[in-house]
Amino acid sequence: MYRLVEHRRIWFLLSLIAILPGIVFMLWNLSTSGTLLPLSIDYTGGTQWEMRFAEPVAPTDVGNVFVEAGFSDTKAFHVEDDRTVQVKFKNIDISQKERIQQAIVARFGEFDERLYRSIGPAIGAEVSRAALLAVIAASILILIYIALAFREISYPLRYGMAAIVALVHDVLITVSFLSIMNLFAGWEIDALFLTATLTVIGFSVNDTIVIFDRIRENLRRYRGAPLATVANRSIIETAQRSIATQVTALLVLAAILIFGGITLRIFMATLIVGLVSGTYSSIFTATPLVVAWEERTARGG
Amino acid sequence: MRNQYVLVVVILFLFAAALFVALPIEHPLWLEEGLAPGEDTQRDIRELTLGLDLKGGTQILLEAVISDEQPLPDDALNSAKIIVEQRVNGLGLAEPTVQLQGERRMIVELPGVKNPDQAIETIRSTGQLEFVDPGTDLIIRPGDFINTTNRPTAVAKLQEAVTAGEAAPQSIPYPDEVFNTIMTGDILQTVIASQDEYSFWQIQFDLTGESSGQFFTYTRDHIGDVLAIVLDGRVLSTPVINAAINDNGVISGDFSREEAESLAIQMRYGALPIPLQVVDVRTIGASLGQDSIDRSLQASIIGGALVLLFMILLYRLPGFLADIALAIYVTLNLAMYKLLPVTLTLPGIAGFILSIGMAVDANILIFERMKEELRSGRSLRLAVETGFSRAWPAIRDGNLSTLISCAVLYWFGNNFGASIVKGFALTLAVGVLLSMFTAVFVTRTFMRSFLSTQGRRLLDNRGLLGY
Repeated sequence: MYRLVEHRRIWFLLSLIAILPGIVFMLWNLSTSGTLLPLSIDYTGGTQWEMRFAEPVAPTDVGNVFVEAGFSDTKAFHVEDDRTVQVKFKNIDISQKERIQQAIVARFGEFDERLYRSIGPAIGAEVSRAALLAVIAASILILIYIALAFREISYPLRYGMAAIVALVHDVLITVSFLSIMNLFAGWEIDALFLTATLTVIGFSVNDTIVIFDRIRENLRRYRGAPLATVANRSIIETAQRSIATQVTALLVLAAILIFGGITLRIFMATLIVGLVSGTYSSIFTATPLVVAWEERTARGG
Repeated sequence: MRNQYVLVVVILFLFAAALFVALPIEHPLWLEEGLAPGEDTQRDIRELTLGLDLKGGTQILLEAVISDEQPLPDDALNSAKIIVEQRVNGLGLAEPTVQLQGERRMIVELPGVKNPDQAIETIRSTGQLEFVDPGTDLIIRPGDFINTTNRPTAVAKLQEAVTAGEAAPQSIPYPDEVFNTIMTGDILQTVIASQDEYSFWQIQFDLTGESSGQFFTYTRDHIGDVLAIVLDGRVLSTPVINAAINDNGVISGDFSREEAESLAIQMRYGALPIPLQVVDVRTIGASLGQDSIDRSLQASIIGGALVLLFMILLYRLPGFLADIALAIYVTLNLAMYKLLPVTLTLPGIAGFILSIGMAVDANILIFERMKEELRSGRSLRLAVETGFSRAWPAIRDGNLSTLISCAVLYWFGNNFGASIVKGFALTLAVGVLLSMFTAVFVTRTFMRSFLSTQGRRLLDNRGLLGY
């Protein structure tokens, strides 16, 4: 028999190594910009404007128009092709927009307004609070549900807690992934990231439940066997399913990532990382954790 | 086993009905009318309803500007909504919507708007109410658009905007006429809708002291003539003057309650009752929307085909039956989107595709379990039954916890104008619910009826089961 849960120190260390860059990044971010995470204008407020010109345009030239108009904190970059420029800057009102638009048209010619988003800082702050609340509320509800679903075996709350730890683990992994991508590609946490996170939470819990469900069943079948043995057996028995599910999900997600266009790219990449992490954490975090808890209390008592 | 055939027929019938709704064809009138109870128009279900991020357009979140000492007057937001609605309807767009959100916000959606900045200006502008003398020769009706001495170029400006596609065409009976403005709406002090002693709805108004003398003189000299009440060039009402009006008057007519209240609000607040500020604007260009549709369609087809193939390769015959169940699942989903209705957004499509993943996962759980049971030496029939019954608790618990996240997401999206998040939660939730039906019930029915007819052949040919 494989000794999966016995090697838990290795698995926990691996998780830590994956999460650490995110934590370091968050602390560094906090000391430089005052916020933990690279939040997009959805949460901070600001303006995002994507224009497609007839001819190729250098982003810095477009950005300079904004700087000359008094928006010194402007970021401009290409998206998709060299005719399309996205600009991010602080909030403006409509009269200012017209003025800048005229200046841009005068210099670079007419453009197709692909996307324009402008959101006030107060709304952004409200959305951030609600987002945090949403994640916490979802976690608590899921904890309650698992504790109820596993009420017939001893210590159902432990299973719920282990599932929550696995879920927090997955959120941290996606944040860590995003912070690395922020460093290299300027990716930000936007409203869709929240959607991705909650989906990851859903799937992570789903994966954990599949293994816990097998433990629940095997505990009944092999009465008196140590939990570690039952847990190992349950992981192995469900491994085929985990792999098959993972492959189908990845097929779909990869298809959207590759063919789905730029709007969904960050969303899909986050989901893929979260999904892989979710399967990992159900096997290598949640299940060993339940076993560790049991062994610790057994030794103590 | 006869029951199984009945179930197969029921499933196929359901599939056919869903396919009929989902297809982009003409649907019978009773269906379209039945879907829009209480509304005077039937709902067109030929196409799916697309969100602004797919068809292009502008979403504006407006917030009432209020100070802490001065709370929002009752109904002020509702009145503002009526005014905004009317202005938005004048923009000449296909299906603009105005929705209240919370206690001090409203969301305006302008699909396909060409000049969003100007549209926002129009919504926030202060309208002007006038009392106009239509003269005795010409007949003007509510809804007509006219020039007045106060706004002598109103018709020309409107025609310009209509040509540019920025305003809806209006009835313009007298494009060259300029009608005489008697007074502007400033003289109105209060306007309310009320019922007279016979419970007919009417509009009661009081005038401010300063200028009522002029109005009195005019009405005294024109008893029996028509007076036109005009807002921003558009005629709202054409009452007949029955008596000289000094400091208050009544407009009576064949009004319904809604008509009377709407007219009172428009007279009262030619201008918005509360200042509105734009707190969130999102414009998606039509070209970006079309790109998104094309790409997500392509991605869905490729991803879907890969999954179907994978299932057959891994599970052979059961995989093939699950693929049929999956096709039914997709059709049921599309039909549900039209019936509920669900407005399809880009994240909504993502939610739908993810729900396909959940549906497939349920089948994988069942089939893996089936293989395990077969390996441990159970008979085919027993292995199939145990596969389904033993996999069920995991499927149920997993799906329910996903539904919990969906509920939280939906609440979040609904309360914070994050309609993208809401769309995602809705399609994922609908998908998860339907998948429990197709992945478990439909696949099981197919498996059972297949076993009862072809069970022996299946045992001889174990490759068909893929284990």
